[in-house]
Amino acid sequence: MRATPSVLPLHVRGVSYVVDGKALLSDIDFTLTDGSRTIMLGPNGAGKSLTLRLCHGLLQPSTGEISWAVPHRVAARAQAMVFQRPVMLRRSAAANVAYALAVRGVPRRRRGPRVAEALAAAGLADRAATPARVLSAGQQQRLALARAWALEPEVLFLDEPTANLDPAATHAIERVINAFRGRGTKIVMTTHDLGQARRLADHVLFLHRGRLVEQGPAEAFFSRPASREARSFIKGELLW
Amino acid sequence: MVRIGGAKVMAWMAGLFLLASLTFLVGARPVAAGERSITVASTTSTQNSGLFDYLLPRFTAATGIGVRVVAVGTGAALRLGRRGDVDVVLVHARAAEDAFVAAGYGIERRDVMYNDFVLLGPAADPAGVAGMADVAAALRRIAEAEARFVSRGDDSGTHKAELRLWRAAGLDPQAGSGRWYLETGSGMGATLNVAAARDAYTLTDRGTWLSFRNRGRLEVLVEGDPRLRNPYGVILVNPARHPSVKADDGRAFIAWLTSPAGRAAIASFRLEGQQAFFPAPAKDAAANR
Amino acid sequence: MGELTDAFAAAAGMVVGLDPDLVEIVLLSLRVSLVAVGLAAVIGLPLGAAVALFRFPGRGAAAVLLNALMGLPPVVVGLIVYLLLSRAGPFGVLGLLFTPTAMIIAQTMLVLPIIAALGRQVVEDLWRDYAEQLRSLGAGPARAIPTLLWDGRFTLLTAVLAGFGRASAEVGAVMIVGGNIDHATRVMTTAIALETSKGDLVLALGLGLVLIGLSLGVNGLAYGMRGLGRFAG
Repeated sequence: MRATPSVLPLHVRGVSYVVDGKALLSDIDFTLTDGSRTIMLGPNGAGKSLTLRLCHGLLQPSTGEISWAVPHRVAARAQAMVFQRPVMLRRSAAANVAYALAVRGVPRRRRGPRVAEALAAAGLADRAATPARVLSAGQQQRLALARAWALEPEVLFLDEPTANLDPAATHAIERVINAFRGRGTKIVMTTHDLGQARRLADHVLFLHRGRLVEQGPAEAFFSRPASREARSFIKGELLW
Repeated sequence: MVRIGGAKVMAWMAGLFLLASLTFLVGARPVAAGERSITVASTTSTQNSGLFDYLLPRFTAATGIGVRVVAVGTGAALRLGRRGDVDVVLVHARAAEDAFVAAGYGIERRDVMYNDFVLLGPAADPAGVAGMADVAAALRRIAEAEARFVSRGDDSGTHKAELRLWRAAGLDPQAGSGRWYLETGSGMGATLNVAAARDAYTLTDRGTWLSFRNRGRLEVLVEGDPRLRNPYGVILVNPARHPSVKADDGRAFIAWLTSPAGRAAIASFRLEGQQAFFPAPAKDAAANR
Repeated sequence: MGELTDAFAAAAGMVVGLDPDLVEIVLLSLRVSLVAVGLAAVIGLPLGAAVALFRFPGRGAAAVLLNALMGLPPVVVGLIVYLLLSRAGPFGVLGLLFTPTAMIIAQTMLVLPIIAALGRQVVEDLWRDYAEQLRSLGAGPARAIPTLLWDGRFTLLTAVLAGFGRASAEVGAVMIVGGNIDHATRVMTTAIALETSKGDLVLALGLGLVLIGLSLGVNGLAYGMRGLGRFAG
C-alpha cells in the first residue's frame, strides 16, 4: 500500500524536557512501530501532551534523541496532528482542508477530489461550503480530522481530541479515528479518559509526573497493571 | 466543487487597484511633454487677493506657457528659489530681494507693481488711532496702550514691512510678545482671522483685506502714509545655479508682467470695485539689477 | 450656528451642481489618498507580519518603533519629503516636487506605520493561536504570512481604513510637498485651508462636509466589501 519507505519505527531515547530548571519530562524511552493504536494515558499534567509534541517535532527535547527511520524533514510530511481545540481558518470547511493540501504543494486541480473524499470520510460532505467557524465543536474536530485525512499521513497524532466534546460527538470522532486505522495509519493519541483508552488502545504508554511509568499491550496493562500508579489510576483513584 | 472564492475576489480587486494606481502614478506628471509651464513662488497676499486667478490666464493665452503658483510667505518663497525648486519668485520685500540677487540666487530683478498696506483695528479703537496720517505714531499709541496687535510673525514681506514700521516708531514690540503683541507665524488670512476674533490691530495689504470675508468688527483705521507703500518685485531664479530652471519661459513671464499688456492687466484688476494693484511705472520696471 | 446651516447649503450646492472645481479637487484627493493607502498596505501588511513572525535581534525595538511612528506629525513628514525631493536635495533630479506623486509619497510614509503596526499586532495575536497547527501542517513563519493576513482580513481592513482616514484628513504634508497649486496639487484639505485663510469660513466648512461625506462613502464601500468576503467564506 505504501509506495514510499515507512517513516516508522520512531525511537525515543533518554528524552527529557526541562523548562526554567524544572524537568517536566525525564527519562522517556519508547519505540513506536507500525500496526497498533498507541494511547498515551495518565492523569492531567502527566506530560502526555508534551511527549506528543516532542514526537511530532513541535518541541525540541532538552536531552536525548528522537529519531525516525528517515530524516526528520521527510518524516514531517508523513505526519499529521489534531489538537484538543481545533484551529480553523476563517474560511469554508472545504477551504480549510484545501489549505492543508496547498501547504503541501498539491497542485490546485488535484485538491478538489481529495478535499471531497476527506470531507466524506469525516461525515461533513454536506458542510463543505459552511464557514468553518460556524460549525459546532464536534464538527470542527471532525473537520480537523478531515484535514488530516486529506494529507494521507502515515502517523496521526491526536492530543485529547474529545476532551471538550459530548458523548455523541466523541463517538463520531472515534469512528473516524478507526477509519484512519482501517487505512493503515498509525494512531498515537493522548487521553486521560480511561474508558476511551480501553475502547481504542492496542498499546498503552502510561505517564505520571513526567515519567514513563509503564508501557505494554493494552490487554495486559488493563488486566494486570504492573505499577502502583497504574493500578491506582485504573481503579479510578486520583493520582497526583 | 467549492472554490476559494473570497480570496480570489480580494486578490483580483487588489490587483486591479494596484494596476490602476500604478498607471495613475505614471501619469502623475501634470504637465505632459510638449506643454510648457513654469513654477512661480509667490506670497499668500497675492494669491488670496485673487490677482493670479485674473492675471495668469491672460499670460497663458498670450504665450502658451502655463503658470503653477506655490503661495507661501516671502521668506519661504525666497528659500524655494534658493534651492531651485521654482523658476521665478514674485515677492514684496525689497531688502530681502536685493540680498537674494546679491548672493547670486536670482537674476534680472524687475519692479512689477505696488499696492499699499493698511492698519486695521476694532471699530471700538481702544488706542485711538483712527484717521491718523502717521502710521509710526499710530503704532506708538498702540504700544503705549498695550492694545492687542496681531503680527504675521512669519518672515513674510508684510511681516518685514511691519517690523520696519515699528523700528521707525523707535519701538521693539517683542517685549510684549504673548501679552498684547500676538505673533501667529501664519499667512495673512489666518492672521486676519485671529485679529477679527480677538478684536486686535493688525497690518495687512489692501488686496487681501478687500477680498477677506471674515471681518468681524475690524475696519481700516490708518492708510495713505507713504511708508505704507508695498512694492512687488519679480526675480528669475539663477539658471547658472540650478540648470533645471526654465530660464526662457521664466523670462517670458517677467517680460510680459512688465510689458504694456501685463501692466494693463494688473491695473484693470478690481477688488470690490477698487483697483487693488498699481503697475510699476515703465522706467522703474526697466531698471536692471 | 448660522454658519453651519450655511455650510450645509454650500456643500449641497457644490455637490448637486457638480461644481467642476470641486470635482477636480475631490478626484485628486481620492487618487492621492487611495494610492497612498494602497501602497502602504502592500508594503506595510507583509512588513508588520514579518516583524510579528520572525525572530531577529532588535525585534522588540522594531515593534516599538512602528508603534511610535504612528504618531508622526504630517507636517514633519512633509518637511522630510520636501528636503528629499527638492532640487537641492538627493532626489531633486527626479523633478517630483509639487506634483501629486510627491503627495502620494508623503502620505504613503505617513500611513505605512499605522498599517504595519496594527498589522503586526493582529498577526502576532493570530500566530499565538495558530502557530502549533500551522507548523504541524508544515507552514513555517514565512508561509504563514499570507495565511494570517487573510485570516485577519476584517481587522486589517479596519486598520487600512484608519490609514485612509489619516491620509485624507491631513493637510501638513500635502501642503508642503504639493504646494496647493490650483488645478494641479490642490486637494480637499489644502482647499479648506486656503478658503479659511481667505476668511471664507462658510465655503471652508462646506468643503469640510464634502470631505466627511467622502470618508463616509469610502468606509461604506469597505463595509459592503466585508459582506462579500464573509459570504465567500
